[in-house]
Amino acid sequence: MGSFQSLPFDHHYRTLSKKTGFSLEQIGILHNRFKQLSLNEETLRRDDFNKVQDLKDNPIRSQIVEAFFDRRNFQKDGVGSMEEIGFEEFLTVMSYFRAPALHTTEEQREEIRRAKLRFLFNMHDTDNDGTITLEEYRHVVEELLSRSGSLGKETAKGIADAAMLEVASISVGHMAPDEFYEGITFEDFLKILKELEIETRMNIRFLNMDTTVLCK
Amino acid sequence: MAPNTRTDILCEHGPMKPTHLHAHPHYTRCSSHSTPRTRTLQPGCICNEYTVYESFVVVISAVMVSCEMTRTLPLLLLVFCCLSVRCHVNQSDQHHKRAFPVISIHYEAVRTPFEVALWILLASLMKLGFHLIPRLSNVVPESCLLIAVGLLLGGLIRVMGENPPVLDSQLFFLCLLPPIILDAGYFLPIRPFTENAGTILTFAVVGTLWNSFFVGAGLYGVCRLEGGRLATVDLLSCLLFGSIVSAVDPVAVLAVFEEIHINELLHILVFGESLLNDAVTVVLYHLFEEFAHVGEVTPGDVFLGVLCFFVVALGGVMVGAVYGVLAAFTSRFTTHTRVIEPLFVFLYSYMAYLSAEVFHLSGIMALIACGVVMRPYVEANISHKSYTTIKYFLKMWSSVSETLIFIFLGVSTVAGPHVWNWTFVTITLILCLVSRVLGVVGLTYIINKYRMVKLSGKDQFIVAYGGLRGAIAFSLVFLLSGDDFAMKNMFLTAIITIIFFTVFVQGMTIRPLVDLLAVKKKKQSKSSINEEIHTQFLEHLLAGIEGVCGHYGNRHWTVLQMNRFNKRYVKRWLIGGERSQEPQLISFYNKMELKQAMMLLERNSSASLNTAGRTTTTLQQSSRRTLNISKEREEEIRKILRANLQKTRQRLRSYSRHTLMLDPAEDDWSETHLRKQRVEIQRRMSLFLTVPAHRQDSPPIRRARFESDNQEHMTRPSILLNVPSVSSVLQDSVTIDNESEKRDESRRRRHGGDEKQEGERGIRGRKPSVTFALDLEEQKLSRCLRDLGPDQLNEDDEEPFLSQ
Repeated sequence: MGSFQSLPFDHHYRTLSKKTGFSLEQIGILHNRFKQLSLNEETLRRDDFNKVQDLKDNPIRSQIVEAFFDRRNFQKDGVGSMEEIGFEEFLTVMSYFRAPALHTTEEQREEIRRAKLRFLFNMHDTDNDGTITLEEYRHVVEELLSRSGSLGKETAKGIADAAMLEVASISVGHMAPDEFYEGITFEDFLKILKELEIETRMNIRFLNMDTTVLCK
Repeated sequence: MAPNTRTDILCEHGPMKPTHLHAHPHYTRCSSHSTPRTRTLQPGCICNEYTVYESFVVVISAVMVSCEMTRTLPLLLLVFCCLSVRCHVNQSDQHHKRAFPVISIHYEAVRTPFEVALWILLASLMKLGFHLIPRLSNVVPESCLLIAVGLLLGGLIRVMGENPPVLDSQLFFLCLLPPIILDAGYFLPIRPFTENAGTILTFAVVGTLWNSFFVGAGLYGVCRLEGGRLATVDLLSCLLFGSIVSAVDPVAVLAVFEEIHINELLHILVFGESLLNDAVTVVLYHLFEEFAHVGEVTPGDVFLGVLCFFVVALGGVMVGAVYGVLAAFTSRFTTHTRVIEPLFVFLYSYMAYLSAEVFHLSGIMALIACGVVMRPYVEANISHKSYTTIKYFLKMWSSVSETLIFIFLGVSTVAGPHVWNWTFVTITLILCLVSRVLGVVGLTYIINKYRMVKLSGKDQFIVAYGGLRGAIAFSLVFLLSGDDFAMKNMFLTAIITIIFFTVFVQGMTIRPLVDLLAVKKKKQSKSSINEEIHTQFLEHLLAGIEGVCGHYGNRHWTVLQMNRFNKRYVKRWLIGGERSQEPQLISFYNKMELKQAMMLLERNSSASLNTAGRTTTTLQQSSRRTLNISKEREEEIRKILRANLQKTRQRLRSYSRHTLMLDPAEDDWSETHLRKQRVEIQRRMSLFLTVPAHRQDSPPIRRARFESDNQEHMTRPSILLNVPSVSSVLQDSVTIDNESEKRDESRRRRHGGDEKQEGERGIRGRKPSVTFALDLEEQKLSRCLRDLGPDQLNEDDEEPFLSQ
């Protein structure tokens, strides 16, 4: 399948492949998709994501879209968000959802787990201060429950409160009466989601064959 | 019994009409002894005749000995006269002198049920005994012990001169197997199953086919080479035997895997394979049996065989699904007859199984499909108690079935008949092992290309090693007709050897091997609300990213689409009433909050009681503060605490009867956890004493104060109070604003429909491990949280179960 790997792109693809771990075919397909969403422009904007049908019904739509524009996901110390992203950033975000290869050592798996959890953490921590505060967590839960409609804000608040309490008890243990728990740091986040086995669950299948013709 | 050997009744008063006494077996037995037209006693009747007199003599003498003569004698005489008169009257009704039998033995009429009950009792006692010897049950899996017991029993029966009963195939397939399969199917963990469906199907279908043909062809080759007695075994018989012996058995797999607590993925792979390969086995079995009967095979037959496979598998699933939908629909209307709800579940499932068996479809797949389809809707409709009943009945029946199967397997081994042929047996064994290993390795190589999470070598080893054979294979061989298969006994022997080998050798060694290879075990963690939140979050996130990628037809998308379809159409039909669609997260959260509520009550109660002994002032505050629980409050607490525990429990594990007691709610009440709580309470108590009275509310509660809390959140209980269900209850105990109370009350009333399930089971878990030295008052307090005894069961709380 060489229709998308025209020569100028080849070198670019290889560097991308090295950086993100995708194969050349997968990069080609994703580039197609990128072009489809961005209407053949070089960069993608937030409203381009409106073209994606599935996201319309998704309760956490805004957070997903925001994640694509979050600088922290592209560079190690990035701050703030961008207005428009290029293909490289798009691919970088997608690379968080790659499955770990079969023969990975324990440290590599740990690293992959950290990276994925960092992505999730960044999605929750909207004000970039390094901790997930109660407000932010409440927002997350509210969004999650927003589509189900019935029980609304109070329950979401309660759930978020209980969740924070749980994190506090796990990470800090016994607290003196006048302490209070500021927010979930990344280390705490790692601790509480240790059992979830993120590296096996937070994956999607990236196709090697081009099926973009089939979808709108 | 010969009720019509009626003899003419003669008595001194002339012929009498036959009375009902004629039908009485003792009577007729007697009459068989007697000759007609006689009233004299026959020797055989003496015991019966005199029984009455004898007994009374005994009684009278006893009484006389024990009492004083003067007082009792007239009484005795009176009694004796009455009785003798009565006897005389009786005699005049009988046509010969025969006393009324007071004690007689009449075994034949109850023989069959008695023996069945005795076997089941024996099986259960064995099971009991094994678990009383902890060391034994750690080393040897239960199935091995049960087979050994069966062997012993068989030996005993043989020694006693009788022929030991063989595992009747009818009995096995119609009575013993369905409960186990239903139990497995009803509690099948859907998420791992669907995630690995492709792999499971590949192993089940392709793997079994490969095994059958490999073993069959290999055996045929060996038989040809060997010659001698084996020369008569033809290809079809070998193939049939191969297909029977290569099927992994769900009963054996369940029995062994349950005890080793292996991780979810491997468990579902092996177990799923054992369930789904039934379709293949059924087809191959009938195919080869038919061919053997006819004697020759044409290519057209082969094609029909393939077609048959699809019909069997899909037909079975459809039959099961139809019955499942029927059951779901029926359960919609059972609001007024809660007591028989479990019966519908069992009956529909059993009917599905039997209906599939009528058409030679795969009964096992029908049963599984029925359970899977029916479960979410039925559980939304039935009461909590019915759910508990279903769960426990299924576990009980499947447990008893499994025990009986293994015992009978042992007994049948002794029963024989056996034809031992060294070559055949050893070759079969070797071929089975080799083909299993080759099959698994080869298939995994292909499967890994399509899997996201690949199977490692360790996984492959466990999958291969876990391919145990069991009673299904035995029964299938037993069902073979002796005419078509001359070597049936040899097959039987070989099968039994294979089963013994896999169950004993592989079953016993798999546990140390799992430890040795450091295979990942089932995670024993209690689910936290954070995990729950993030599980949901992940689902949506992955679906969104897939949407962005443009990959259609993929797992998350289809699952979400199905959920949408489910919610919009199916649920409306199958779930009755106005049940709100409560998201999973909320029910999970409610469960969490219940636990917290319980913990809080516990703390308060223990605190109040311990401080009560010290100062009177603190007593007053604490008693005011803590739960002066009046009757209504108790009732409310009980109602609230029964809310919504079920949903999450069904989603979380507990699909094995061995982990029945390890429900998440009960998990928490482990010793260490409670000890931690206790330490916490000690700490709190010290605060109670040192802190002045008016500030008593604050210390234990500012444990985690969040920066954005407003005035409501000043107290720790308020975090719970903020939440709909528990709020109004605890409000009374902790003096907080009335307005928040009113708000919560109104909200609670609005959610009145949500919270009326029982959550007592979660609380029951407290009982075994509470180490708090609760004294009487505390116990009274916590009794409200405990399971109600059978005499106090409320029948008014059977509100419908929520779904999502």
